[in-house]
Amino acid sequence: MKHFLTILSHELRMLLVNASTYVAAVLFLALMGFIFSGVLDNYSKAAQETSPATVFFQLFWIPVLFMVPLLTMKCISEERRLGTLETLLTAPVSTTEVVLGKYAASYLLYLFLWASTGGFFFILHRFAQDPRLLDFGPMMGGYLFVAISGLFYVAVGLFASSLSRNQAVAGILAFSILFTLIIGLNYAAGLEMMNRESMQPVHALLEYVRTFRHLDDFSQGIVDTRQVLFYLSGSVLMLIFSILGIEVKLLHS
Amino acid sequence: MPDDSPAIEVRDLVKTYAGVTAVNKVGFTVARGEILGFLGPNGAGKSTTMRILTGYLPATSGMVNVCGLSVATHGDEVKKFIGYMPENNPLPDDMRVSEYLHYRGRLKGLARAKLSIRLDEVLELCDLKRVRHRIIGKLSKGFRQRVGIAEAILAEPPIIIMDEPTIGLDPHQILIVRDLIAGLRGRMTVIISSHILPEIEMTCDRVLIINQGRVVAQGTPADLRREVFGHSSYALEISGDLEAALPEVLAKVEPTLAISETGVPDATGFRKLTLATSREDDLGEALLRALSADPRLRLRALTRVHPTLEDVFLAATKRGWEAIDAPKPTSK
Ligand SMILES: Nc1ncnc2c1ncn2[C@@H]1O[C@H](COP(=O)(O)OP(=O)(O)O)[C@@H](O)[C@H]1O
Ligand SMILES: [Mg+2]
Repeated sequence: MKHFLTILSHELRMLLVNASTYVAAVLFLALMGFIFSGVLDNYSKAAQETSPATVFFQLFWIPVLFMVPLLTMKCISEERRLGTLETLLTAPVSTTEVVLGKYAASYLLYLFLWASTGGFFFILHRFAQDPRLLDFGPMMGGYLFVAISGLFYVAVGLFASSLSRNQAVAGILAFSILFTLIIGLNYAAGLEMMNRESMQPVHALLEYVRTFRHLDDFSQGIVDTRQVLFYLSGSVLMLIFSILGIEVKLLHS
Repeated sequence: MPDDSPAIEVRDLVKTYAGVTAVNKVGFTVARGEILGFLGPNGAGKSTTMRILTGYLPATSGMVNVCGLSVATHGDEVKKFIGYMPENNPLPDDMRVSEYLHYRGRLKGLARAKLSIRLDEVLELCDLKRVRHRIIGKLSKGFRQRVGIAEAILAEPPIIIMDEPTIGLDPHQILIVRDLIAGLRGRMTVIISSHILPEIEMTCDRVLIINQGRVVAQGTPADLRREVFGHSSYALEISGDLEAALPEVLAKVEPTLAISETGVPDATGFRKLTLATSREDDLGEALLRALSADPRLRLRALTRVHPTLEDVFLAATKRGWEAIDAPKPTSK
């Protein structure tokens, strides 16, 4: 793990000099700002039961679905396309170091972008006189959820990137996997047939991996270790798959 | 690193890509400090062999030792011994030259303090000082190539492997790269591949010719000339009675001398002739005396023709083809 920090700082630098990072960041902040002001608009019209933070984080999947692919699609596929993967892997570094360094860089940027939405809450806090609008619990719960689930989502994006030399393909693949994980599973859990007796085990399983339930729990301040474990093990699995993805491609090239 | 082991030792190396055999039982040794040229047409298996040497690709079977260590089992240590420039010299387009070299130096385990000194040395050596702050993607091909070479020699590894370092360069840039490689002589073991001969002939101590995944010839450039041709030839410019007098004189000098090529006479009546013989030693003086002594012949020029490596290459790869086309022992 000697070279982990070298690769991490290199990758961060490369992300920061890259125009597409800024495009993604601007899109992200514009969208989040739009959502946030939309939420506040509703509150100004009529009092609501839940706090703005809860509603705001309910929509976390919209930025995840396009941000994560944008941030991670280049990671490995671009190196493969340019051929620099060959120079990278013939230096005395291990594939694990390469994957972890790239992963950490993307994840840190992802966290940073989300952290910058904290500015919205700060502005709200500063200018809204109504203390009910700023509920600290759901906000922290929401950020904690984003940080933990992000570990998994970024790993998914990295894995997709390790599979193709074409970054567009990698991006679409990441989008599809994330869509299935977040929206698809939620939809499946809500299907009518899941209420049948015979489907009980499947329903329980879907309920266990259903992202929106995790989000609800986090917003209410419940941190279930099983849920945390689900995201952590998912991330580890995806990272192992990414490492294998790179090495198997060499073996069978 | 055991000191008596050769820099590189390859035996019975085989590599198949999904059923296609790219390298077929290749074997060779490279002594320390030697510059080896890897010569072969496109698709011969040069890049594949080099990738296996660097540990980037696993071999299908066979043994590859670098500085006495097996690449298959000691991959991580072996990578420290090798500076490698892959085919087409891939470089990140959006970094500055010094940034890139710094990053690579850190990956190769150079400490910060040592790295900045070494970086200056390498930039100086490869004449990159002027472009050290330029973006790599905007450099000309010659500069990019030198960045690749600088990267390979950065950590002062005992072995340098470069895949087609002069491809796509203009003659002046080729000269610079060739000088750079020649400057490594004695300090590092170097393997370069090419399908262009003159630079291999000039820089390399030994040449390995491969075709269709097999070694078809190896040796010093001089050895190869002898081995593949087994004869020497002479070029003359001559006029006079070439039908009767010339064969008569030639037979007196050396019975195996024969006219292999005849040119057309020019305005002054002289024509170019090529003579071939199986004699190894120089017949130049004897030929000159005999030809000028004969009053029926007028000699204007005589030189011994050295077959170029190009000819060796053609002959050797053709031999490779024949060996593959006719696997049965030929009855010649
Ligand atoms: N990744 C690959 N997958 C399948 N076949 C390959 C691959 N790389 C090379 N080959 C095949 O292996 C043979 C040798 O290729 P290569 O080592 O690149 O030759 P050279 O470098 O001498 O031009 C060629 O026939 C080529 O088509
Ligand atoms: Mg090649």
